[in-house]
Amino acid sequence: MKIKKNIALSDTGFVFDPSTGNSFSANPIGMEIIRQIREGKTQEQIAEHILKTYQTDAGTFEKDYHDFLNMLNRFRLTENIQ
Amino acid sequence: MSKPKLHIAVTGLNAIDSPGPGIAVIRALKESLLFDARIIGLCYESLEPGIYMHELVDRTYKLPPPAAGKDALLKRLEQIHSEERIDVIIPNFDAELFSFIQLADQLKTAMNIHTFLPTTEQFEARHKVNLADYGKKHGILVPESKVIFTLHELYQAQDVFNYPFVVKGKFYDASIVYNREQATAAFHKISAKWGLPIILQEFISGEEVNVTAIGDGKGNTIGAVPMKKQYITDKGKAWAGISIDDNKLLDMTHTLIQSTKWRGGMELEIVKTEEDEYYLLEINPRFPAWVYLAVGCGQNHPEALVRLAMGEEVETWSAYAIGKLFIRYSYDMIVNLDEFEKICTLGKL
Repeated sequence: MKIKKNIALSDTGFVFDPSTGNSFSANPIGMEIIRQIREGKTQEQIAEHILKTYQTDAGTFEKDYHDFLNMLNRFRLTENIQ
Repeated sequence: MSKPKLHIAVTGLNAIDSPGPGIAVIRALKESLLFDARIIGLCYESLEPGIYMHELVDRTYKLPPPAAGKDALLKRLEQIHSEERIDVIIPNFDAELFSFIQLADQLKTAMNIHTFLPTTEQFEARHKVNLADYGKKHGILVPESKVIFTLHELYQAQDVFNYPFVVKGKFYDASIVYNREQATAAFHKISAKWGLPIILQEFISGEEVNVTAIGDGKGNTIGAVPMKKQYITDKGKAWAGISIDDNKLLDMTHTLIQSTKWRGGMELEIVKTEEDEYYLLEINPRFPAWVYLAVGCGQNHPEALVRLAMGEEVETWSAYAIGKLFIRYSYDMIVNLDEFEKICTLGKL
């Protein structure tokens, strides 16, 4: 999955889509995941980082990660979904 | 270097819940770096708020209602001109535009009053009643629509249009109706206020996006700013909106202005569907009430219109700020009775 190039993400977690005018708020973990997707990290690399940084397990991460990607896709913040 | 002083007459001072564009246009003109604008407000009713906004409007005169026709309008403009020396007039109401377009040449030759308005052909072609043909001609998606004059035609149209559909007045007002009763009520309400015909239009579901733009009459788009409505009133008016980066909308605007050689300000009302299709709902032949957002985005369209009216060459804008919001607010002014009395009795303030 790729985040659309023109999406703006601020340090406060404010996400702005300039083509639709829609805006969203991401929490700190959401922000980290968006940034890592943008950097081209794979799901495994993102999982490794999240599992190292936060107290969660691989199963919970995988479920929440896919929920989050679906949400980004639904909000049309992505270019395509794998 | 001192700026030239221009006396600019502006209509549409009704800054109410369905606001006229006048106040936004005046704010834009007052911010011009190229000329000093003395603003002559032109109103139709004594309670139009702009009449009493003395920081924006230097003097206001009452006009005869649009239904009085162009001769009455011309006579009144002659009176006002003799007191004020008007350089430019910017009409902002759909209902009055036809008369101003008809008078444009006369105003210029007899009084040296400049305008920059669409031609009669441009004005008529984009009219709601002709919009379907207009869309076909210019390759733009337009919702199916039908012009009707009677209730009988309304009931016949129920076989063509599925509910919900939109019942629209020829100048203003639109209601989405979900059944025969609502359609009948909307027909009566809108025709009583704006007359006939009524336009029935297929309801297209999606996001409402608008463009404010100005064409130079030669096919060039001087400026265009697209906006997405963020907060919509029960009258369908944007109470807040944000400038967006939408090349498809801009291309549509450029194509329309190029193919019609549009002259003057305009607003495109568009619905963007889930499938990314753009349906043109209306072309308003004047600036919208939210035109001040364009100024906030770096394009002063009313200033450009005045310069075009004065015969100047105006360069086109290629950029605007994206992500700028306008948020409208209402404000209670306290007005002394003597001011209200003057506009009521003398027709000027």
